[in-house]
Amino acid sequence: MKKGNFLYISIIIVGIIFIGRLFYLQVLNNPYKISPLNNASIKRVYDYPERGYIYDRNGKLLVANQQSYDLMIIPREVKSMDTIEFCSLLNIDKNTFIKNFNKAKKYSTRLPSTFISHVSKNDYAYLQEKLHKYKGFYIQKRSIREYPLKTAANVVGYISEVNQNQIKENSYYQQGELIGFQGIEKTYETFLRGVKGVKRIQKDKFNKEIGSYKNGIYDTLAIPGRDLTLTLDAVLQQYGEQLMTNKRGGIVAIEPATGEILSLVTAPSYDPNLMVGRKRSKNSVKFFGDTINKPMFDRGLQAMYPPGSPFKILTGLIGLQENVIDVNTIFSCHMGYKYGRNRKMGCHAHASRVNLNFGIYTSCNAYFANTYRNIIEKFDSPSTGMNTWNKHVESFGLGNFLGYDLPIGRKGLIPDAEYYDKWYPAKNWTATYTLSNAIGQGEVLASPIQLTNMISAVANRGYYYTPHIVKEIKGETLDSKFTTPHQTTIDKEHFEPVIEGLLEVFENKKGTAYSSRVKGIEICGKTGTAENFAIINGERKQLTDHSIFVAFAPKDNPKIAITVFVENGYWGSRWAGPIATLMIEKYLNGDTSRKYLEDRMFNGSLKEEYDRQLNDPEYHAEGEK
Amino acid sequence: MQREKNNIFAGVDLWLVLIFAILVFLGWLNIYAASTSEIHYEILDFNARYGKQLIWIGLSIPIIIVVLFIDTRFYERFASIFYIVAILSLIGLFIFGKNINGARSWYALGSFTIQPTEFAKAFTALAIAKLLSDKVFTFKPLKNHIKAFFLILLPAFLITLQPDPGSALVYFAFFFVFYKEGLPLYYFVIGGLSILIFVLTLKLGMHGFMPIMIYITLGVLVIILIYLIFYKLNILKKLWLQLLIIFSIICGYIFSINYIFNNVFQQRHRDRFNILLGKTTDTQGIGYNTNQAIQTIASGRITGKGYLEGDRTQGKFVPEQDTDYIFSTVGEEWGFIGSLVVILLFITLMLRIIHVAERQKSTFSRVYGYSIAAIFFFHFLVNIGMVIGLLPTIGIPLPFFSYGGSSLWGFTLLLFIFIRLDANRSYEW
Repeated sequence: MKKGNFLYISIIIVGIIFIGRLFYLQVLNNPYKISPLNNASIKRVYDYPERGYIYDRNGKLLVANQQSYDLMIIPREVKSMDTIEFCSLLNIDKNTFIKNFNKAKKYSTRLPSTFISHVSKNDYAYLQEKLHKYKGFYIQKRSIREYPLKTAANVVGYISEVNQNQIKENSYYQQGELIGFQGIEKTYETFLRGVKGVKRIQKDKFNKEIGSYKNGIYDTLAIPGRDLTLTLDAVLQQYGEQLMTNKRGGIVAIEPATGEILSLVTAPSYDPNLMVGRKRSKNSVKFFGDTINKPMFDRGLQAMYPPGSPFKILTGLIGLQENVIDVNTIFSCHMGYKYGRNRKMGCHAHASRVNLNFGIYTSCNAYFANTYRNIIEKFDSPSTGMNTWNKHVESFGLGNFLGYDLPIGRKGLIPDAEYYDKWYPAKNWTATYTLSNAIGQGEVLASPIQLTNMISAVANRGYYYTPHIVKEIKGETLDSKFTTPHQTTIDKEHFEPVIEGLLEVFENKKGTAYSSRVKGIEICGKTGTAENFAIINGERKQLTDHSIFVAFAPKDNPKIAITVFVENGYWGSRWAGPIATLMIEKYLNGDTSRKYLEDRMFNGSLKEEYDRQLNDPEYHAEGEK
Repeated sequence: MQREKNNIFAGVDLWLVLIFAILVFLGWLNIYAASTSEIHYEILDFNARYGKQLIWIGLSIPIIIVVLFIDTRFYERFASIFYIVAILSLIGLFIFGKNINGARSWYALGSFTIQPTEFAKAFTALAIAKLLSDKVFTFKPLKNHIKAFFLILLPAFLITLQPDPGSALVYFAFFFVFYKEGLPLYYFVIGGLSILIFVLTLKLGMHGFMPIMIYITLGVLVIILIYLIFYKLNILKKLWLQLLIIFSIICGYIFSINYIFNNVFQQRHRDRFNILLGKTTDTQGIGYNTNQAIQTIASGRITGKGYLEGDRTQGKFVPEQDTDYIFSTVGEEWGFIGSLVVILLFITLMLRIIHVAERQKSTFSRVYGYSIAAIFFFHFLVNIGMVIGLLPTIGIPLPFFSYGGSSLWGFTLLLFIFIRLDANRSYEW
């Protein structure tokens, strides 16, 4: 009798488990539950609104929409047909036809799927005439992006079909819909796309549509996408792209008074129209696969370079703030700065007695090495000095994400005491260990947009606005984080002497950018020549220096702050200086008086230099630096 | 209390008949719901499945009458003959059988097909009852274990070869009977342990080349050793070799599982296990059935969408919905309340069978009753467990609900032989 209970009890236990499971499935909330609005008997028809247009700051149209035509197929409705004629209409071969047909059939025989996407307008005209002969095929219109100015591909980004992860993360999207993948299209996706409308149509059990579901009370109207106005100046942007022809690097220009990004150039780049429609998949493989030129890599935002001499501006400012120098402090310089036996930071030939003003316009390494050392050694321990220095530098927006409204970027690197403690576990490091930081070499890394932001803060004499690319969204106020100024830790009065020095860079005959001066515009700037290295077979090998320039203009009430970076461009005044001043001139005057220089920049190429790197069998790009 | 010979319904357990009738009726309603797709005005449309099912139900009445008409002693005397006929009919499939859906499980007479597998269960149950009711039979000698196992493993083996492993699995239900009739417990301990280890080994996976279960097994061994060393040292001294051998066998088993899983199993079997163990999620391919079935059931909520109002049923979202997945129709159209009723009906049926079996005076009737309770239980467990996503996909029908004449008649035969045996209990010799 007792053994008989075994089956008895098993039956009752299984019964309880089943009832519990059914209770979970049918009564409790669980992931299997589907809203009645997603009911199988209700067919949903979507109405896609047009994606918003994008304009530049002067109302020039940057991104528009164009009609595109997809050839759709419902495999079960396809009847026997003249495939040869059909293929020739579409300019495809028989294998493609069979492949696409089987793919569609595999997806579903009843549901429509795309047979050929983005049929050209010409093919469409032909096709429309003949399509009635081919049962099971029809044309679906779709709107795709168009870029009339062919510029700023890195800023506007592109749109593409949502992938599985995005569908999982955001229930708004369904298979086959488009989403912003990069740039503005990604950041402002929700504004640009609008909201699709849904119509629910009730079907009876024989799958016939019998009218709108519950008289349409759940239906929604499509909300059109909103137009965006960017802070970008399309003319300046195109000009910058032209100046960077056959060079690698980036230009970032910002309006200091607002933080608006005027131009954001990366070179080499691509025509955004190539990332649209049928061409996209082919070109995207090409662009993403180009690991040498990296056209999809935004050098203005993502590249981290040692900032070089422009960093001396900060060293000077911090020196003044920490009271370790004043405008009259004199350091001597005999071809460099000796800081130990056999240890010397080299400098170029100039008069030995150096004050701040002279130090800036002649870019004296020794002057800033002294200043830096005094800053660090002002405190009891090098750690405190290092952290004080770090705090000042980071207040200029360096060493961290700036918070601009584009989806990509790098933090850069501004070392602090902790960083060197890791490097020197004995913690016996002193100011001289880190001396290269004084002149923007060493461990310091910054992206071009961070440098522009830095010089923008200098132009404003002590504050900056978070750089941003969107000027206006229709019916929306700009995020307050873009209209709140960030104060730097440097007092306002310390900026004037430094800015005087930056002006002398152009105005003084010994200034490093004297040759790039522009009549009628008071430009303040700083050349830079940054050493850079690549790891080759485990050895650090020095490559041709980067050419760097940071500037703002005019001196009073500045309208533009700019950074130009040209990879392996030898020295600051060779490429970056002329490009920066041409950009400033173009922006402020609308044209340039220095056509010879402009031509030289348009036609100048560093291709040989890059090819040389490439052909060096020992060369492997390190990525950054 | 002499049974009136001219009234075949005398002594029949009305509870069982009533539950049987309700289940068959509800089953047909759901088959109707699951198999209507276009407009059928005629309930007796013999081209549609619900129409055919109505014929099978109608034809089960003569079967019931014949079963009730035959004398109890006939079943007992000819149990061996029935069994041999069943085995021959299973063997015959390999020669005359018709291949449907990849399994040679049917005899075809024109458009009419019959599946002997469904009847073999009843005949095997009779044979087991006959064997166990033998006055000299006990589960003491090992010879008798083998005899009993042979009786159930032979049809199971033949059915596996069709191949129809799901139906073959049903024969393991007889172990419930064996256990009750005295088969030692260690068979179940070993059986249960091997299933547990099998599932855990697959679920936990590998750590490098080593299944994680090996570590767990070693951990258990260490715990047992520590316990024995501190509390039962004398037992350890006596049994250390046995302990070592047992653990070596377990480890060998664990290692072989991966080999069997990867090399002996077919991909579809692996897929089923992986989905159930939560190792892969797949709602489009192999996991589609289960996922659709679960969603269909979940969409029924508490009260259901109403009869013939289930849009997922009507939209044919669940494959095989009128056969193996019939329970999802119940879930969608009748909701939690309807599912509860059906489950309670099945439980009542099985408990009633056990209750009736317990009151039998003859061992033959008792063992037979116990066997069919176990068979119903096994179908109930595996089928509904699969549909609500608790067990892997094993295609066996839900008694009286799933579409199909053979299955309906098979279960009817199974049940009514028992009802007949029970009706006779009062004057058994």
